[in-house]
Amino acid sequence: MGSNHLLIRIMFLGIVLLTFNARAAEPVQVGSKAFTESVILGEMATQLGNDVGVRTVHRSQLGGTRILWNALLSGQIDAYPEYTGTIVQELLPGTSPELDGLQKELASQGVGMTRPLGFNDTYALGMLEKSADGLKIRTISDLATHPELRFGFSNEFLERKDGWPAVRNTYRLPQENVTGLDHDLAYRAISTGKTDLIDLYSTDAEISFYHLRVLEDDRALFPKYDAVYLYRLDLEKRAPSFVRSLRRLEGQVTAAQMIQMNAASKLEKRSESSVAAAFLRDTLQIQTTPHETTRFSMFLLRSKEHLILVATSLSLSILFAVPLGVLAYGWPGLGQGILALVAAINTIPSLALLVFMIPLFGIGTLPAVIALFLYGLLPIVRNTHAGLAGISPALKESAIVLGLSPMARLLKIELPLAAPSIAAGIKTAAVINVGTATLGALIGAGGYGQPILTGIRLADTSLILLGAVPAAALALLVQSGFGALERLTLPRGLRLKARS
Amino acid sequence: MFRLDCVTKSYSGKPAIDGITLDIRPGETTVLIGPSGCGKTTIFGLMTGLLKPDSGTVSFEDTILDANNIYSIRRRLGYVIQDGGLFLHLTGRENVRLMAKYLKWPAARINERIADLITLTRLSPEMLERYPIEMSGGQRQRVSLMRALMLDPDVLLLDEPLGALDPMVRAEVQDELAAIFQRLRKTVVLVTHDLNEAALFADRLLLMRNGRIIQDGSTADLFERPTDPFVTQFIGAQQKRALIGAIP
Repeated sequence: MGSNHLLIRIMFLGIVLLTFNARAAEPVQVGSKAFTESVILGEMATQLGNDVGVRTVHRSQLGGTRILWNALLSGQIDAYPEYTGTIVQELLPGTSPELDGLQKELASQGVGMTRPLGFNDTYALGMLEKSADGLKIRTISDLATHPELRFGFSNEFLERKDGWPAVRNTYRLPQENVTGLDHDLAYRAISTGKTDLIDLYSTDAEISFYHLRVLEDDRALFPKYDAVYLYRLDLEKRAPSFVRSLRRLEGQVTAAQMIQMNAASKLEKRSESSVAAAFLRDTLQIQTTPHETTRFSMFLLRSKEHLILVATSLSLSILFAVPLGVLAYGWPGLGQGILALVAAINTIPSLALLVFMIPLFGIGTLPAVIALFLYGLLPIVRNTHAGLAGISPALKESAIVLGLSPMARLLKIELPLAAPSIAAGIKTAAVINVGTATLGALIGAGGYGQPILTGIRLADTSLILLGAVPAAALALLVQSGFGALERLTLPRGLRLKARS
Repeated sequence: MFRLDCVTKSYSGKPAIDGITLDIRPGETTVLIGPSGCGKTTIFGLMTGLLKPDSGTVSFEDTILDANNIYSIRRRLGYVIQDGGLFLHLTGRENVRLMAKYLKWPAARINERIADLITLTRLSPEMLERYPIEMSGGQRQRVSLMRALMLDPDVLLLDEPLGALDPMVRAEVQDELAAIFQRLRKTVVLVTHDLNEAALFADRLLLMRNGRIIQDGSTADLFERPTDPFVTQFIGAQQKRALIGAIP
């Protein structure tokens, strides 16, 4: 029974750490989307806040527009960099793009907006310079006569109203071969000839690096995407100096500077933190201390985050799934429902499940733990049920006729006999959990997914490996750890059976 | 001890027990015999409360079995099934003492009782430290018998206890079992489909067919005073089978 105590201790530790993390949510929270420019702007806001003595933390690369906007509305974050075009098209559809009207509309939702920071980061379409030359394509209209071209668009661009659908309708483009790509992988796809045309942001660092031609938007389709900061209006009372400090960036960042900063981060591999600090020093003459972390300390932090995610969610899965499996076995009618429900949960793609958690539980560790917990239920519930149902009727009857109460039968006979099957379910759940937990980084839960995300964003393979290798190693470790635990706790009688 | 009163029990419309009235007398070894599907195992199900009669009553010492008294009644029964029904995750000793521990007997009393049972069943003590998977069929049946006798039950129910053993071991265990019953003088109910085995154990023999008791009496009655042509037919078939079995 020693293993039970250990399990309870791990669980307890996880829950304590979880609540501790939640407790620490008092400073101003700056969010940023999962691309470099947003991270740099988020970093600037964070350093500006700390510069005027407001404790500010940066929850970087949280995901896409919806995640950030919902997190802002619900108070999970207090500010994040956004683009006016996105606000008009996506967040408040139907609002006039005029800044005053926009500001008024945002205010009715409790959101404030700074004046534009200076640069316009709009959507654009790009092709390799040499292939565009060969086909004599200069404008988006020119694409209409080349239906054979393959388009690779970021998933967000593919979906949003002001993205591909608008381009296709406005320019009457005939292309059929249109696939979704991660924006950061798109450059590699086009440079290796896997696709002919991608969507870009007009301040992307890679435009010159990969020798791309930005096609002229000859029908002026794309709206202006002026960079601004959105912030919660209650911040003007809670941390007025933060808001004042943020406003110092209004009109200060040119497109050229932004491209240069993006390039410094993405191509020269300088940290967003030091790029932001250099800009603040050169432009606003503010000395900030970029928080630099070594790869080792980053690794330790990510390991801790990942372990907390896994330990807490897996413990909760075990804690709930074993009784659910017992219920499903004891009440077959209810059992069908339980098994169908946990199976249905697992048909939701893990990324979607994580995003579903945001309106309910916000961002960070908690929603990730809950999503992982739900994901871990199926293998354990199913194996608990199968293990109990698979006990021979003769043994079940023997236990009954001996005169054991139903509870004693369950605890002393049936669960121990089902233990090998339950243990196998837990092992499966653990391995899935360790892998899926890397996606937690998308909603701000950190873990090994963070270096993977950053690595994809910066096209830095070593950073991707720094997340992927430990995640794989942890999965193997967890697997063999549970195997060892099984050998220690499972009675010889059952192990022999398993072998024979 | 046990009394079945006009009991019927059907499975999906087919009667397994068809209006049986039966008294199990204390101190006797009663053997239920009959072809497979005759209802003999169903009677065990009814007596242990695993099955509820469709009509009629089952009582133990004048108490009708119900959901409340079944647990205390079961603890006065010893139950041995075909392959022993030992729990695979427990050693022989853990199997034997399971109920005693559950009822919080002191360790000394448990050990004393196990020592007595070792003497009775002539099982080597180290065998009790093995898991069922590590025992032979005969050893498993001895351990199962020890488990059934642990609480010193009033009635011993044995459902084809030797059915899974090969013939040599079977003969050996049969003799031992008969000797044990002699010594214990307990009420024993035994189900078998083997006439020789029945004759060896029975004070009283019940031949069943299609959910009814065809003949109720001594072994001698069965052979010498058959009440029904089926009895003769059954004996004939058994003897033929024994003969065929003897041909190598």
